[in-house]
Amino acid sequence: MIIYLIYKITLIVIILLMSLLIAMYATLVERKFAGFIQDRYGPDRAGPWGILQPVCDGVKLFFKEEYMPNTADKFLYILGPCLTMMVALLTSAVIPWGGTITIAGYNFPLQVASSSIDILYIFAVVSMGVYGIMIGGWASNNKFALLGAVRASSQMISYELAMALSIASVIMMTGTLSLQETVNQQHTIWNVVYQPLAFLIFFICALAETNRAPFDLPECEAELVGGYHTEYSAMKLGFYLFSEYINMFISSAVISTIFFGGYNMPFISNLGLSENIVTLLGTAFLFVKIFAFILLFMWVRWTLPRFRYDQLMKLGWKILFPLALVNLIITGIVMLLK
Amino acid sequence: MTLTNRTKVVSNKQMTFVESLYLPAIFAGMWITIKHVFRKKITIKYPEQKREIADIYRGQHILKRDEQGRERCTACGLCALACPAEAITMIAAERIAGEEKLYREEKYAKVYEINMLRCIYCGLCESACPKEAIFLTQKIVDAEYTREAFIYGKDKLVEPIDMDKRIDVSKRQTDKVLKFKQLKHERHNI
Amino acid sequence: MEKYIFFFLSGLAVFSALMVLISRKPVHSVLYLILCFFAIAGHYILLNAQFLAVVHIIVYAGAIMVLFLFTLMMLNLNIVGEVRKSVLARVAAVIAGGLLLVTLVAALKGLNLSTSLSANTQIGMTSNIGKVLFNEYMFPFEAASILFLSAMVGAVMIGKKEEEEEMTNVQMTNDK
Repeated sequence: MIIYLIYKITLIVIILLMSLLIAMYATLVERKFAGFIQDRYGPDRAGPWGILQPVCDGVKLFFKEEYMPNTADKFLYILGPCLTMMVALLTSAVIPWGGTITIAGYNFPLQVASSSIDILYIFAVVSMGVYGIMIGGWASNNKFALLGAVRASSQMISYELAMALSIASVIMMTGTLSLQETVNQQHTIWNVVYQPLAFLIFFICALAETNRAPFDLPECEAELVGGYHTEYSAMKLGFYLFSEYINMFISSAVISTIFFGGYNMPFISNLGLSENIVTLLGTAFLFVKIFAFILLFMWVRWTLPRFRYDQLMKLGWKILFPLALVNLIITGIVMLLK
Repeated sequence: MTLTNRTKVVSNKQMTFVESLYLPAIFAGMWITIKHVFRKKITIKYPEQKREIADIYRGQHILKRDEQGRERCTACGLCALACPAEAITMIAAERIAGEEKLYREEKYAKVYEINMLRCIYCGLCESACPKEAIFLTQKIVDAEYTREAFIYGKDKLVEPIDMDKRIDVSKRQTDKVLKFKQLKHERHNI
Repeated sequence: MEKYIFFFLSGLAVFSALMVLISRKPVHSVLYLILCFFAIAGHYILLNAQFLAVVHIIVYAGAIMVLFLFTLMMLNLNIVGEVRKSVLARVAAVIAGGLLLVTLVAALKGLNLSTSLSANTQIGMTSNIGKVLFNEYMFPFEAASILFLSAMVGAVMIGKKEEEEEMTNVQMTNDK
């Protein structure tokens, strides 16, 4: 019992620290990558290759003046960024980061909480994600922040539908809501082979749900100053900006788990390695996939211009939503005929 | 008349089905951006790396001394007259006995100031100077904290007296330039 | 352990439900309502009805309350202040509320409380609910979905009609 408790706490702490570390360095990679795309070098002054840049940014955010507008709703103003950060970190609980590690006869699966409703849990958490933005935007008592919050909420609701429907076709195929089970079923062929359309829809919706370009209308600088975080400063702003990167990391993890086989490594079992090494290699393989997706997120951001608001709604409701429905029906028919 | 060979005629024709999917265009765009990742970067990393500048780059001014270390300037005011930005001011003084080692001509500039914020670095002072006293150099004017600090007096403008610390202007004072200046002055006299 | 969690969740649910009524700002009321939904979802999990709990959060807290908040933010109610209701309306409200309380108490009194639900029932699991829903309750389920469809069509119709009226209004002003 004690061992179990220690193992769970260690796993939670490791995953938490890992998420924060990866999000931290994702900011650097993002700026570097943006620089490369624009024929620049990106930040390279703080340490070799700018490796200390995220630390400098963090220190700067910590020591900035904490400013709060005097017409703001004090409690909600602080609650907003905290909620965003918390929700961003919540999803990592159900993602299977690897197989099972066996030490001294004890089995330690690399998943914090395995339940029969993992995928639904992810959707529940994702649907909560908008509250941090809405509360923060409203509590700032600023027109631009409110507009950003309103945009965020309508965008999230619109794209959640298509996202859930695209996953529904995958669930129909796998017949399970458990992520562990989903990963195990992809031992030979990844789900993306069967469901390329669902993957495309899910990816586009993931871009929209993480408020990344070309769907960054809630914080669109050209129109809304800073959108929902216009009135925020110091570490509260840092929380908002940081949670975007955590969201990106988590959604990359979800995509790799559901569509790209998660920690499953093909042909690894033929090599005759010990169980624990296979597990660790699988985890490493999962992270390679996750980093590839984070890069893809960035690549898309620095390629495509931002949508106009009516285009965003049109894409969500008139294109992705029917497309996901059609995909669902086709999947159903194919499953029936099989 | 075409100004560029990259003009594109805009048309409002209906998009084909493949075009209306937008995905091919998106992938094309992403291909373009990823190509830029592997391109040579155009950034010059400034303090370590410096942009190559021409030998006759027009930077901060210098007041030359002659071979014996005497100031060449005679405070004729032609440079101030030529200056389009009116950045140069000077006060002339007469050389008194015993100062022959310091000033070449009988009249010299007691105060010689250039406002580096007004200066447009056109080099007209250099070509106006009949005594080959003022030159522009390759040095870039330093950053300062106050506006007053940008008014450079003789302490900053006159070159050091040591021969080995002199600034070489032979690249910008070629025979051709000298000949041209000579011709100009003579024409003025006629 | 479960008992303490139950009492904590119940307390939270009752407290937040009361705060929904007491809060002066409508936005605060909505946020307390969301908290209430979470407490109820916790109860579902205690009853091993995981599917119900998560769907409760997705649908109520994640979608409906977002729309509520959306509208309330646009209304900007906190500046206008409350409208004073007439005495008659207040008396009517108290009587109506009291009657509801009496009905509830009467209904609960008749309930046989000894038949406690065992927490180990598997009916709340996703696959079991699916099977029950699409075998035993097939007809009510489909009827409900048709009801929703008609409601959706109705909403779209209302929206369309207003748009057309606006269009004609715009045309009329243009003609003038």
